[in-house]
Amino acid sequence: MKSTSERSSAYLDYGATTPVMPEVVDEMLVYLREGFANPSGIYRQARDARRAVDDARDVLAGEFGCASGEIVFTGGGTEADNLAVLGIDLHEHARVVVSAIEHHGVLRPAESIGATIAPVGRDGIIDLDVLAELLDETTELVSVMAVNNEIGTIQPIGDVVSLVRSRAPRALVHCDAVQALAFCDVKSLTYGCDLVSYSAHKIGGPKGVGALVVNERARARLHPILRGGSQERDLRAGTENVAGIAGFAVAARLTSERRGETVQRVRSLRDRFADALISKIPGVHESVARTLRHVGNAHLIFPGITNEELLLLLDRYGVAASAGSSCASGAIEPSHVLLAMGMMVDEARSCIRFTLGQDSSEDEIEYAISSVIAAHRQIVARDQR
Amino acid sequence: MRVLVAMSGGVDSSVAAALLVDEGHEVVGATMKLWGGAGDSGCCSVADVTDARRVCDRLGVDHHVFNFTEIFNERVVEPYIEAHQRGETPNPCVECNRHLKFDTFIERARRLGFDAVATGHHARVERDKAGRPQLLRGHDRAKDQSYVLSILGAEQLDYLLLPVGNMVKSDVRALAHQRGLLTYAKPDSQDVCFIASRTKGLGRAQFLGERIDLHRARVVENSSGVQYGEVAAVELVTIGQRRGLPTDSNTRPRYVIEVDVDRRIVTVGDREELLVSGLRLENRTWVHEPLAPGARVAVQMSAHGAAREATLSDDGVIFDENSRKIARGQIIALYEDLRVVGSGVVC
Repeated sequence: MKSTSERSSAYLDYGATTPVMPEVVDEMLVYLREGFANPSGIYRQARDARRAVDDARDVLAGEFGCASGEIVFTGGGTEADNLAVLGIDLHEHARVVVSAIEHHGVLRPAESIGATIAPVGRDGIIDLDVLAELLDETTELVSVMAVNNEIGTIQPIGDVVSLVRSRAPRALVHCDAVQALAFCDVKSLTYGCDLVSYSAHKIGGPKGVGALVVNERARARLHPILRGGSQERDLRAGTENVAGIAGFAVAARLTSERRGETVQRVRSLRDRFADALISKIPGVHESVARTLRHVGNAHLIFPGITNEELLLLLDRYGVAASAGSSCASGAIEPSHVLLAMGMMVDEARSCIRFTLGQDSSEDEIEYAISSVIAAHRQIVARDQR
Repeated sequence: MRVLVAMSGGVDSSVAAALLVDEGHEVVGATMKLWGGAGDSGCCSVADVTDARRVCDRLGVDHHVFNFTEIFNERVVEPYIEAHQRGETPNPCVECNRHLKFDTFIERARRLGFDAVATGHHARVERDKAGRPQLLRGHDRAKDQSYVLSILGAEQLDYLLLPVGNMVKSDVRALAHQRGLLTYAKPDSQDVCFIASRTKGLGRAQFLGERIDLHRARVVENSSGVQYGEVAAVELVTIGQRRGLPTDSNTRPRYVIEVDVDRRIVTVGDREELLVSGLRLENRTWVHEPLAPGARVAVQMSAHGAAREATLSDDGVIFDENSRKIARGQIIALYEDLRVVGSGVVC
């Protein structure tokens, strides 16, 4: 392991994407090279590719806590979200309810069909009392994410499911669990949901692969949004991304096997990181209580600082972190999640998300801590002149 | 030096960055995102940001996007709308220079540890014998942009590099082409960046019409008081305007010589009635110490208009020969020969 002094970079943006695990790359190469065939063929190579997809489906079903036949592979988390929101047959005037802090993969399609937005509290958790009032007999779809991608808050999905079952008996429950898979037991977290979205690249898998779990109840009301061939039981046309799907399964299996150790290690690194910055930079504090977040998320407010400037200085130190989401031009937009929590624009512009993951190491975190302190000092020094 | 180059995605700032790289400076490019909408013109469009990024890729330097939409709206767009409401003719590009490009942007550059900022403006910063920075007209007089920089002070000029100020535009394009910069043939930007171009004039009417109430106004002859008819929006009429006015049947041209928003009257007259002996100025700025009344200056009243000889008065300028009246809200640049000495806003 390199010592702190030798280090010149730190990656703290696992919430954006993760490094692909070497084992995943090895598995994928098999299907990019000799195992390249189209699973729809009737010859031996095609059967091998088909088997790889089916094996991966079995592995992932075990990890997701569903039946193999309930998994629909997609081109990523956003496509899974879109399929769930736009693929469900709705009656005229049916109500769709989604939380205000959903990923844009849910929020944008939901807005396009006139969905009702359920608010969250200042703690970044969905307001169950208000949600209860929004649910009624006409409600046909409710979507609440498992773990928020920006502030890392874990949502009370079990409570959401119970509320929906009692107050909106016709409604399906969709849960975007893309950010949950790395650190959480998604089987229990998403228990009772009808539709669940996942993505491979947040857990050491490749980009461009995701899955939507569709239970029998949802299956009866779901139509494809990509039409063409009959792949994925007629729910998602297009030749299967065999290498990506095989890689997804390996990533999910390894993530699961290592989760106990990873969670402990990442939590202690995250705590060390957040505590160091809070104690060493006056005014720095967490946007929501740490106990409400997953272990890999440190979301900090740097009062009086513009996150764009701090991130650019951190980039000079080789430290990768993020804030909000980017518009088409690449400019940072004030986060809709933070605004939904009731933050003012200026406050939202002073927040930075640091996310840790499977390969985060102690010396990397120490380097990141000293870099953030140095970058912050540079900005403040200029302002005090 | 570490230099932050403000890159609009146009050819001038592309070449400015290239020249600084050639001189051995550590260059970083930055594009300001100023307007929130899906702007299809000016310096804020996604295509322009992409062009700036690809030029930086070509030059092997980093490129960033700064989101200044809120401050742009507050300091440029809202004042622009309010000025039209008062019947003034604001100059948002100069206000953007004043508040964004040479204030917010420079402040950010300083905080990020840069030694200087650079832009692609056709003007020059040179040191006088005392070592003080002076703003001079660009070498390419047809493209000279010192007018829009006339609001700058010595502290800003001290931090500013204008690498293409010594070049003519055709050489700028030739260099861009030679360096393989994809912006080499991009047309010069003309319009206000937050107003979609479309048909000239209509963009502004639509932009303002969506944000403020526009009022009809009577058009009245100055000498006789005869009323010719109405214009649809008094807020869109500017001093000196000829087109789009109802006039009497004989064909002599009528010019707007007064706009009274409160009473909803547009007064028109002959070209001669448009002449004034001087201008009153507010928000006056000086590159260095203020000049005293009585000082001789050349007065430039538009981006590429000819400068008029004048004398400074207590509250403005007195022309040597009567000159056309300028609308309230317009920027006036003051020169001594080729050197900018200050600016003011017509009031």
